[in-house]
Amino acid sequence: MASETKVSIKNLYKIFGKDPVGMVTHVQNGTTKKELLEKYGSVLALNDVNIDIPARGIQVIMGLSGSGKSTLIRHVNRLIEPTSGEIFVGDKNILEMSKLELREFRRHTASMVFQKFALLPHHTIVENVSYGLTIQNVPKQEAAERSQKWIDRVGLAGYEKHYPNQLSGGMQQRVGLARALATDGEILLMDEAFSALDPLIRTDMQDVLLGLQEELHKTILFITHDLDEALRIGENIAILRDGLVVQKGTPQEIVLNPADKYVTDFIKDINRGRVLRVSSIMENTKLKKGPEVEKNMILEDALQIISKVGASKGIVTENGTPIGSVEISRMIDAIVKPEEKTEETSSYH
Amino acid sequence: MERQELRDLKKYIDISFKDFSRTYGDSIESFFDPLLYFLVWFEKLLINAPWPLIIFVIAVLAWIGSRNIYVIAGTVSSFLLIGYFGMWEDTMSTLAIISICTLLCISIGIPIGIFMARSDRLQSVVNPVLDVMQTIPSFVYLIPVVMLLGIGKVPGLIAVCIYAIPPIVRLTNLGIRLVDKEVLEASESFGASYSQKLFGVQIPLALPNIFAGVNQTIMMALAMVVIASMIGVKGLGVPVLRAVSNQYLALGLLNGLAIVALAIIFDRISQSYGKRLQKHLESEHGV
Repeated sequence: MASETKVSIKNLYKIFGKDPVGMVTHVQNGTTKKELLEKYGSVLALNDVNIDIPARGIQVIMGLSGSGKSTLIRHVNRLIEPTSGEIFVGDKNILEMSKLELREFRRHTASMVFQKFALLPHHTIVENVSYGLTIQNVPKQEAAERSQKWIDRVGLAGYEKHYPNQLSGGMQQRVGLARALATDGEILLMDEAFSALDPLIRTDMQDVLLGLQEELHKTILFITHDLDEALRIGENIAILRDGLVVQKGTPQEIVLNPADKYVTDFIKDINRGRVLRVSSIMENTKLKKGPEVEKNMILEDALQIISKVGASKGIVTENGTPIGSVEISRMIDAIVKPEEKTEETSSYH
Repeated sequence: MERQELRDLKKYIDISFKDFSRTYGDSIESFFDPLLYFLVWFEKLLINAPWPLIIFVIAVLAWIGSRNIYVIAGTVSSFLLIGYFGMWEDTMSTLAIISICTLLCISIGIPIGIFMARSDRLQSVVNPVLDVMQTIPSFVYLIPVVMLLGIGKVPGLIAVCIYAIPPIVRLTNLGIRLVDKEVLEASESFGASYSQKLFGVQIPLALPNIFAGVNQTIMMALAMVVIASMIGVKGLGVPVLRAVSNQYLALGLLNGLAIVALAIIFDRISQSYGKRLQKHLESEHGV
């Protein structure tokens, strides 16, 4: 997809506590999060974060709890003010926006989906979905009509007159998603949107999101602590630890070349066969005969095709034309867990 | 402190307040004139209206509030008994002052509660004031009120309001502070303005608590009826007071029970209305 940048976060720092601006200098001079807390009682939430989020793509920010990811996403619509840094949306620095400009930005450009749904309990589903439009002073009738499209799209037709409490968690988050989509903003901010759901429902919602994205092409910033989720939906992933971005890249890059032990630990238990794609390990040597596998196929599927016919190699194709080959032994190597490094056990929690 | 000094201090306070009330008493009294006219007008309206009409109106209010046939039946029969035992006029007077006091407390108390919820500093200032208002013996603040405004309906109304306003202020403040932070954040993230947040999220979600406050305010106002009658407020308190000083057991009991009847009616109606406001919370998923 095009590499045009929609949201650009530059040198973002966020420090909670007394004299946060003064603390930035300490952090820039190498004071760690732990030292800052012990010496000054200040909490370093974000440490020099730089992320460029491509337009119309899904950028995942992932990290464990306390890594600052929820703080980070709240900077994009300025629910939290940064201590220092810049955030550009298009060519506008949202930190320079006045209160009114910011309100317009939130109403029309960026909408948010919350971990605990955050629906209005005293409003019906249709009123909840049209909430963003009501805030924009769209007449009630028109708002309801425009919302109906999204209610149908997320599969909640028939529940319009229900109250949020009457729905299950998965259904409530569909409402949350529809509410965010109803304002037709270009940017969708999703703060651990599916983390509170059961695993099956979560996969379901990921499918809903990916399906919607195929036709809507929004710029999505997705926060999660679940690596499987990150690898499944992210086109780009940034891994956050203690407020610091430790690695940025595509799922392939992160799985094949983890930047440090922290990331290695993270990816240890994932099913690599479902993440890695043929293109990441193919060779340029062309084969004349053999089973054909698509370049973007995940290894698990490709292995199945190749082993079915009993071959040891497969032809890699792109849109039907052969571009290289892939060996079954290499594929197996890639899927097998990398050897554990014999460093001392870490304490990341 | 020396005895002499203490006496001087007390004298000084007394004299300066007397001077103050001599100078400004009249203008303060005329400031409350519209309230007095309204109170008198409303009391006359209730007393002069035909009793079946009053009972009908109250029954309709009970229906709007509770949607419960037993509450309505209880309300109507209580009022019939009150009329039968010759307490109709006094009851109407009490009803008038309670209604107006409640309106006054709501219109002053809710905004104060809203401002308190916004500012921790204001809360730390107002809370002790509310404590004083609730715990100071009512006779103590009757003195300056009577000195300033004399004896009559308005000082009585003010005395009742001082006693009855704290719960509505407190519960409005509490209700707004208890509103789910995430919901408020969501509202903010969609670009809600301050008033859109206040009237669209905070007040509606605080309404059950605010309503508990209204209920408490009504109850406390009723509790003040007898004391207010000491400074010239007409109503059910007057015969109770007479009964106390003359040892008329039956008279005291009847009027006392009439006050109880009013209290229970108000309580049941406002409580069930408050509960209905939370209807959206009742039907949980899967129940």
